[in-house]
Amino acid sequence: MTEDLVLPAGRGTGDAVAPEPLLQVSGLVKHFPVKGGFPIRRTVGAVQAVDGLDLVVHAGESFGLVGESGCGKSTTGRLITRLLEPTHGTITYRGRDIGHATRRQLAPIRSEIQMIFQDPYSSLNPRQTVGKIISGPMEINGIEPEGGREKRVRELLEIVGLNPEHFNRFPHEFSGGQRQRIGVARALALEPKLIVADEPVSALDVSIQAQVVNLLQQVQRELGIAFVFIAHDLAVVRHFSQRVAVMYLGKIIEVGDRDSIYTRPRHPYTHALLSAVPEVNLVSGEGPQRERIRLAGDVPSPISPPSGCRFRTRCWKAQDKCAAEEPPLIRLSGNRDGHLTACHFPEEPTTEPRDEDIVLDPALTALEDRPAADAEAEREG
Amino acid sequence: MTTVTKAEGAPAPTGPDGFLSVRDLQVTFSTEDGPVKAVDGLSFDLDRGTTLGIVGESGSGKSVTNLTILGLHDPLFTTVDGEIVLDGKELITATEKEMERLRGNRVAMIFQDPLTALSPFYSIGRQIAEPYMKHNGASKKAAWERAVEMLAKVGIPNPKERARDYPHQFSGGMRQRAMIAMALVCDPDLLIADEPTTALDVTVQAQILDLLKDLQREFGTGIVFITHDLGVIADMADDIMVMYAGRAVERGTVDEVLRSPQHPYTWGLLNSMPRLDSDLGTPLSPIPGTPPSLLTPPPGCRFHPRCTFRDRVGGDRCATERPLLAPDRSSACHLGAEQKRTIFVEEIRPRLG
Repeated sequence: MTEDLVLPAGRGTGDAVAPEPLLQVSGLVKHFPVKGGFPIRRTVGAVQAVDGLDLVVHAGESFGLVGESGCGKSTTGRLITRLLEPTHGTITYRGRDIGHATRRQLAPIRSEIQMIFQDPYSSLNPRQTVGKIISGPMEINGIEPEGGREKRVRELLEIVGLNPEHFNRFPHEFSGGQRQRIGVARALALEPKLIVADEPVSALDVSIQAQVVNLLQQVQRELGIAFVFIAHDLAVVRHFSQRVAVMYLGKIIEVGDRDSIYTRPRHPYTHALLSAVPEVNLVSGEGPQRERIRLAGDVPSPISPPSGCRFRTRCWKAQDKCAAEEPPLIRLSGNRDGHLTACHFPEEPTTEPRDEDIVLDPALTALEDRPAADAEAEREG
Repeated sequence: MTTVTKAEGAPAPTGPDGFLSVRDLQVTFSTEDGPVKAVDGLSFDLDRGTTLGIVGESGSGKSVTNLTILGLHDPLFTTVDGEIVLDGKELITATEKEMERLRGNRVAMIFQDPLTALSPFYSIGRQIAEPYMKHNGASKKAAWERAVEMLAKVGIPNPKERARDYPHQFSGGMRQRAMIAMALVCDPDLLIADEPTTALDVTVQAQILDLLKDLQREFGTGIVFITHDLGVIADMADDIMVMYAGRAVERGTVDEVLRSPQHPYTWGLLNSMPRLDSDLGTPLSPIPGTPPSLLTPPPGCRFHPRCTFRDRVGGDRCATERPLLAPDRSSACHLGAEQKRTIFVEEIRPRLG
């Protein structure tokens, strides 16, 4: 179903053919200023949270955004919902650029793009009843549904699997999973076309996570709402999204249909990310079924990201070209339509174990294959 | 409570060395709303150099158990019953002085959030050196050198310079490495790791887990590894104990528990967790309902209100009688052994894809 999806291949060449995408983002940039200095505080730098991002979301599809903390995935979500204003770039929603639209211009669109937040505790007003929380969006937009708002609230509570009788209760009377359902009901109240779900299940217990994932999936299928699903858990994203984009330090480094990303990844970072997911091996007696890649250190600071390819400082294939030239997000030969990778020296499209594990962490190399002299040299260096 | 047979009270199955053994541990907190029995009749053993993984959701008592082993509970509001024996020494009745000699020396702990577990006022090097000076009577200089050596061992680049840094100058992964260095500085026999990687990114988590495994091989430390993530447990542990609402419900080796689980709760956990190779056509099958409040825990089997297999037991045994957990490979469930196997093979396994 995702074969015919068309993606922007880098800035400028994103001439999407029919059908018109619901949301198209191109060249999106968000820099947060860093202030410092005394006595006059001035801008001394910028956190380059999102730095040149292109993506397309079609009506009714679920688009996953994965990456580690600080890669800009939440900022992207907030830019799409226009809770933040982008520094540069355009956000085209149904043919209209809302990137720099004013409050007034945004008003009619706000109801169509809703958000589900990560923390079900801080995202609900503790002083309002559930009924008030869910009918809030209708009140603000002056919507008077047939049969009154209360009836609609009861309907919504039923859709998300809560007891409709509970509309008079307060958030503290519900458990974490139930609160997240209230958040979903609120997002559905205005019959949106696009929901941005920012880590909707990561604050929940494992047994509750599945309940909420199933609910979101049901909502997405039955009501035909497009989702931008932001999460750091690769297995959950795989389960939920038809197309997935992998972010690293403010850029999309690989995007494609689910199958391509999870079984035929090309970017070294995608390989590293997939190999790092701890998995329950349900079949006993078999050796490692996946490659083992252990990176060194953490993600660099987005205040002064590396030049060229941003992953090069942790990449085992990096060469001079990577520092000098930023790799464009393009379709590599052998990749499916819509599977784009930003890498000069892509990996083989497989996740099978390699002949030799890639272990970049100095402590691990020292402990694992200790030719003593080597380990010593490593330590001194 | 209804009929609670003396569960798990059976004498210790003295393992190869029975290095740490916990018997019928009961931890009760007195709260404004009444007593909360956070841990109810828990027994387990750990051998030297092996890893016991404790899995469970929030509120299952996994952290409380381990705080009790270290004697870190608040004695004013907590009553502890049972036995905790570390290398022949009873810990529940030990004095504060005796515990102080153990903590950081023979038993160490790694916490979930390294930023709150490290003091912002002291340099990383000093915090690592402190337990070494206290327990080994080392000089300041020797302890500092030891701290730098430990930092190098856990993979901090330029350990000499970085030892003078403060926690806020370290990234999340580096802080957790510093915590590990601090925990291992006195070469403890027992390391308690309470969700040590939950706050970290996957690629960093993979580094830290491998580091712990490699260091364990080198130091021969016994590890109690607490987590809610079955994937992490599968990677780390030799033995697994699954906890639910203050009780152990299933135990066995990694192979046994993950590849032929016997308890409906373990089935539920495996079924509700998406995996990178799971079948995409089938929706996840979550465990219905929510974990019970420990103020008023359900009688009998604590999992019975959420269990979809209770009608196969027959009668109201699940609601009245607490199922026992045998010391070795076992699960605390009233279903017959044959029944459990058939249910897993015929109904659970196929859904796991």
